[in-house]
Amino acid sequence: MTADIQYKIKKETRLRAGHHFVYALLRALSVVVLITIAVFFLMRLVPGDPAVMVLGEHADEAEIQKLREQLMLNEPLSKQFAAFLGNIFLHFDTGDSIKYGVSSRDLVLQYAPVTLALVAYASVITVISAVILAFLAATHKDSLIDHAIRVIPAFTQGMPVFWIGLILISVFAVNLGWFPVGGVGSGMGGFWHSLTLPAVTIALGQIPSLVRSLREQLLEIMDADFVLTLRAAKIPESVIFRKHIFKNAFVPTLMLFSVNLSYMIGGTLIIERVFAVRGMGKLLFDAISNRDFPLVQAVTLYCAVFVVLISLITELIAAKADPRMRQKEKSFGNNAG
Amino acid sequence: MAARFLHNKTAVATVTIVLVIAIIGIFAPFIAPNDPFKADIMNKYAPYSAQYPLGTDNLGRCILSRLIYGIRPTLGLAVLTMLGTLGLGGLMGLLAGYFRGMTEEIIMRVVDVMLSFPSQIMVFAVVALLGINVQNVILANVFIKWAWYARMIRTGVMQYRDKNFIQFSRCIGTPERFILIRHLMPSIASDLVVLASLDIGWAIINISTLSFLGLGVQAPTPEWGAMLNEAKNVLTSNPTQMIAPGIAIVVLVSAFNLMGDALRDILDPKEVNA
Repeated sequence: MTADIQYKIKKETRLRAGHHFVYALLRALSVVVLITIAVFFLMRLVPGDPAVMVLGEHADEAEIQKLREQLMLNEPLSKQFAAFLGNIFLHFDTGDSIKYGVSSRDLVLQYAPVTLALVAYASVITVISAVILAFLAATHKDSLIDHAIRVIPAFTQGMPVFWIGLILISVFAVNLGWFPVGGVGSGMGGFWHSLTLPAVTIALGQIPSLVRSLREQLLEIMDADFVLTLRAAKIPESVIFRKHIFKNAFVPTLMLFSVNLSYMIGGTLIIERVFAVRGMGKLLFDAISNRDFPLVQAVTLYCAVFVVLISLITELIAAKADPRMRQKEKSFGNNAG
Repeated sequence: MAARFLHNKTAVATVTIVLVIAIIGIFAPFIAPNDPFKADIMNKYAPYSAQYPLGTDNLGRCILSRLIYGIRPTLGLAVLTMLGTLGLGGLMGLLAGYFRGMTEEIIMRVVDVMLSFPSQIMVFAVVALLGINVQNVILANVFIKWAWYARMIRTGVMQYRDKNFIQFSRCIGTPERFILIRHLMPSIASDLVVLASLDIGWAIINISTLSFLGLGVQAPTPEWGAMLNEAKNVLTSNPTQMIAPGIAIVVLVSAFNLMGDALRDILDPKEVNA
């Protein structure tokens, strides 16, 4: 009898998890499709001829015609759109860069590793410092440390991240000379060394909100009844923290981190510009100033897909780690309907 | 309300700061000590002096005058962005929350998708593909932000739409338009004010970031982000040039952030009855 009920519950849970997976996947897919559509039509919204904008007013008529051919501007809009979608979804081909004359996908693949390394470096710094700071603040609630950890972010929130970057450069690179002013160093050590300042800059923009949320979570869980029960049962404090408090605080923090990651990618592109790092940011902003439309579209698409993928993955991890997250979808749907 | 406002020191202080900055911006030609465009190339990188209170930049232009003139695009564009966001988001939220049914379904699905957009990257894409100018900067920012407001306002409207005073109004045959504008709007206005003042800070940072990247306000127009872009190019030879515009942004944004928090305390209905 009990076994039967248990089996039913298990089956139902698995079913709901499956639903959740499908729902998350569909939403991610629809976002990607919509971004693709947006990226396509944004360029067509521009008044005037894109080919003329790329080559300039006084360009040769034959040149303009050639570019129009290449961008398929002579075809009807529906045909252009079909070709654009077909190339992307069937061949993963986002078109050739006008400026460099090579496939935009190859360019992105060439520039992406530095950006990914920077994002990963910044994420590691962010997570480690946020966890330590939030832990300190929560365990020493209302002490001087707690106040400092809570007050300082109120000021840093008003600072543009690129300005923090400029200050760090002028202090640690120009005055103290500990780090290079910009660019990417050679060799494994030089590479990470030169990425330290940009990574710290990006992390500084992320840490405050993460610390605030994690601190709230920790405090709430530390006050929960089950923690009191564990204490009463003489479970060692370290075990309570590791196995119960942190585990409960993990999922909400992960979710917030994944939301922030979207800003972080955008922020990374900006910071690359400040520190003259040759990554996706350089590729994008160069493409913008060269009016290299296919390349702009490609960089946007790849960045967007990356962000969507990461948030899909974190959502699935969260659902796996915390069964309550799977229920969220349902209550959310009720609110909406 | 006025008494509660005057009682809250943060609110008074921050509103004063914002108003003073706005007034300085409006009367810039009378207040600025020098012409913000006039290059005094003999005096470039001048230190603080009576003639140039904050020194001069890489072209010998008065930094203080440029800061004062820079209030206009910085604050003006941020306010315009917020008005656009509030207008579009408010309209969509009101429609979705009040009419329900098919209207709501369509609007809210679009909002769902917009909220999952990687916003910062989409701003770059919109500005890049539509062309670099101020108008597109505002468009891009409204484009990525309106969905937040639509969702917020819809939730607010749903709280009120079945309250007795609105049901009564509907009963006696008040037109829908009147109910929306005169009953629902005032009810959710306080939430909106708080959210908008918090987000003006966001808009200021976003616009100055775009100008810093050369995608927003273009040189030689004095704008704080664009000034920082110029300062970046002379970072090694004149590191102090980046200090003033940066501090200006921090002061203005922090003022708006603190103002939002203070207004929330003042307008909180739970406190009113206490």
